[in-house]
Amino acid sequence: MKTLASSPGFLTRIGAPISVIAAALLALVIVACSILASWIAPYDPTNLASFDLMNAELPPAFTAEGDSRFILGTDNQGRDLLSAMLYGARVSIAIGGGAVLLAATLGVTLGLLAGYFGGRVDALIMRIGDVILSFPTILLALLVSGIARAVFPGAATAEWAPVILICAIAIHEWVQYARTVRAATMVETAKDYVRAAKVIGLPPRRIMLRHILPNVMSPVLVISTINLAAAVLTEATLSFLGVGMPPTYPSLGTLIRIGNEFVFSGIWWIALFPALALVILVLAVNVVGDWLRDRFNPKLRVKR
Amino acid sequence: MNAQQPPVLAIEGLRVEYPLANGTVFTAVENASLVIRPGEIHALVGESGAGKTTIGNTVMGLLEKPGRIAAGTIHIDGRKFDPAKGSAEGVVLGRDVGAVFQDPMTSLNPLFTIESQLTEAMRFHLKLDNAQARARALELLQAVGIPEPQRRLKAYPHQLSGGQRQRVVIAAALSCGPKLVVADEPTTALDVSVQAQILKLLRDLADQRGIGILLVTHNMGVVAQIADRVTIMHRGQVVETGTTEEVLRRPKAVYARALIGAVPRIDARLDRFPVLGEEGKGRAEQARTELRARAERSTQTADDTPILSVENLCVDYNTSGWLPGSKGHRFRAVDGVSFSVRRGEVFGLVGESGCGKTTIANVVSGLVRPTSGQVLYRGRSIAGEGAVRRIGPLRQAIQMIFQDPYSSLNGRMRIGSILSEPILFYRLAGSKAEAESDVARLIEAVGLDAEAAQRFPHAFSGGQRQRLSIARALGARPKLIVCDEPTSSLDVSVQAQILNLLKDLRDATGLTLLLISHDLAVVRQMCDRVAVMRQGNLLEQANAETLFERPQHPYTQELLSLVPTLDRIRGETRAA
Repeated sequence: MKTLASSPGFLTRIGAPISVIAAALLALVIVACSILASWIAPYDPTNLASFDLMNAELPPAFTAEGDSRFILGTDNQGRDLLSAMLYGARVSIAIGGGAVLLAATLGVTLGLLAGYFGGRVDALIMRIGDVILSFPTILLALLVSGIARAVFPGAATAEWAPVILICAIAIHEWVQYARTVRAATMVETAKDYVRAAKVIGLPPRRIMLRHILPNVMSPVLVISTINLAAAVLTEATLSFLGVGMPPTYPSLGTLIRIGNEFVFSGIWWIALFPALALVILVLAVNVVGDWLRDRFNPKLRVKR
Repeated sequence: MNAQQPPVLAIEGLRVEYPLANGTVFTAVENASLVIRPGEIHALVGESGAGKTTIGNTVMGLLEKPGRIAAGTIHIDGRKFDPAKGSAEGVVLGRDVGAVFQDPMTSLNPLFTIESQLTEAMRFHLKLDNAQARARALELLQAVGIPEPQRRLKAYPHQLSGGQRQRVVIAAALSCGPKLVVADEPTTALDVSVQAQILKLLRDLADQRGIGILLVTHNMGVVAQIADRVTIMHRGQVVETGTTEEVLRRPKAVYARALIGAVPRIDARLDRFPVLGEEGKGRAEQARTELRARAERSTQTADDTPILSVENLCVDYNTSGWLPGSKGHRFRAVDGVSFSVRRGEVFGLVGESGCGKTTIANVVSGLVRPTSGQVLYRGRSIAGEGAVRRIGPLRQAIQMIFQDPYSSLNGRMRIGSILSEPILFYRLAGSKAEAESDVARLIEAVGLDAEAAQRFPHAFSGGQRQRLSIARALGARPKLIVCDEPTSSLDVSVQAQILNLLKDLRDATGLTLLLISHDLAVVRQMCDRVAVMRQGNLLEQANAETLFERPQHPYTQELLSLVPTLDRIRGETRAA
């Protein structure tokens, strides 16, 4: 859906304003750069042998003391900041995307069940959701990754940290999907085509997947874009707080945390550039998501 | 009547246009003229999309943008209507023109009391103070026949029944002493008995207060009962206009004749409804013959067991909260109903809204579980006490047709996959290709073109969708089809076609039909036996002829006498 929304032809054809097209293009460029990081980055920031402490904390190339080898300067380890950001964006987007995917799958499934069966099933699922929503996102995510680290020693490693982060973020976000899908499912279930499917004798699983699901998907796609931005931000916050990605595999959030320690020593670039990249990415995705939400809002759309 | 008095509404050569996005113009009303004199009820009839509501809205100045008056003049109470202002000079909507809308459930604001809604217009337009306005509101409620008006003034809309709300809406329309009232389908959302009262009220208001009423409706019976003059519209054009008696008894235009012919009669049973241009006749018959051959192969030897019997059925609806210990309400929708349906007959279940007829349809088709009692299909219990556990194959034998053709087909699926679903699910076809040819045959059997399978539901009109919905029900090769108000959301001419189709299909395939309807004329035309329900109880069941000629129960007699029909035309009854 991301690629569908990001292709400019599609957007102009359905009448998107220029700002949305620009935002979609920007998001597309950032995503493309991060995917192609291994090819376009000047250095490999994950290869510890490739950087030299002698190059640490070099300012960006365009400043007076800049080094032309490092366009955006280097961090405290002598790592090329541009390369680190490209790889970091990839980590951030992968975790954000993974969290959205997991949350959407979980939320849509539970929402369908709650809306279709109603009664006890509905009450149980939605009350669990209410309890989860009563915790702030970050607190819950901190809790999950904290527990994971305590019971599972490998949790902080580069292999497992993304999985833990995805789970920690998704555990909060599925509720929003479940609520939306539940409400839409209740509306659809009351319609005659669902009654017709029941009269034919189709089993509930088939009615839910084949008949109801396609009719409740458009709000899900819309929430997903907005949640993608939120998930990237949550990941950055967690990494900033030190429970996210390890410094050897930095995400944008990890880079900002590292940079944060040096801001007051006049080394501003380590924090500024990753932060800018994050802001632009989140803003771009949000603009597209907002526009999609308005466009697919059933109240603003002419029915039938 | 009152031919000397100046007309309260005079429309001449009106054309209303809607510019479309692609630059072309849609003409909703073309060259329409009509005159309403004081005390006259002028009915504007036609099927959906005929432009009748557009005229009503234009007169009230409620024409929605980008609609515009392209030609013609409107005079209200002798004053010229100014299209730019959306009103006539010195004529105010709410004071000189009153409005009554279709749905009394939504035309009152649920947050305000009846008093504040009634007095609002009077305080604003007539500058009455609160006490004067209240006194007049009381008078109005009395005039429209609301019992205990003093108490009702303080009531909120939800505390009144549908009929009472419509009376309040009429009272509000009258509050400032209008010369003209525009009533757009004022009784369509109401039951027959309430409809009869509202119609009488409108007639009395015209006679006693000399108000001119523009009555927009699709119901010919309503027209016959209260209108002085009729204008029939078709696709934006005025097809015929004249006194009610002239138009209904001796229609000249072909369309007017077809429209009047399509109205189901309650006085005598006809073989078929006369309709204009039936679709796909030859191929449909061939497809139906094939359906019949298939049906006969699968039918066992005839026996006397009724195909469906409902025994002592009770259904309660509970509204309970999810918290343990929270008490819910219990409402008994069906209370000890028993009847049986013989193989091959059409059994009608009639009653007003809320009488439990749809609940019975839902129980029979397995959508709702009975609280007690049982439903037997060919002697085997399928719902309630002692129901067989493996219900699957029996479920296949009972299919359903729904009221609203717009929501009964899944908009995200092609017609082909909608119709093949029951065929594939019950493995009634050996292969995908066989299922496809079955679907094609079903589509042809309901009088459409087989290539419809490739399209989505939104490409079809309401009537066509209802045909497809029937085709889907036939796909499972049922023995019994439950039809829940199959035509009540369709235009009369389409209704006639669908009812003909159901008759033809029954004759061709030996189906049994359980027809649920509030429309007594439809039931008369379709059914062999009829049961009448009220408030969850079955009052009377008899052969259709017996029931309509000699109804036993007083409620049935009352219902029959209240249905507005074409044989009691206003002008004639007056003269007689």
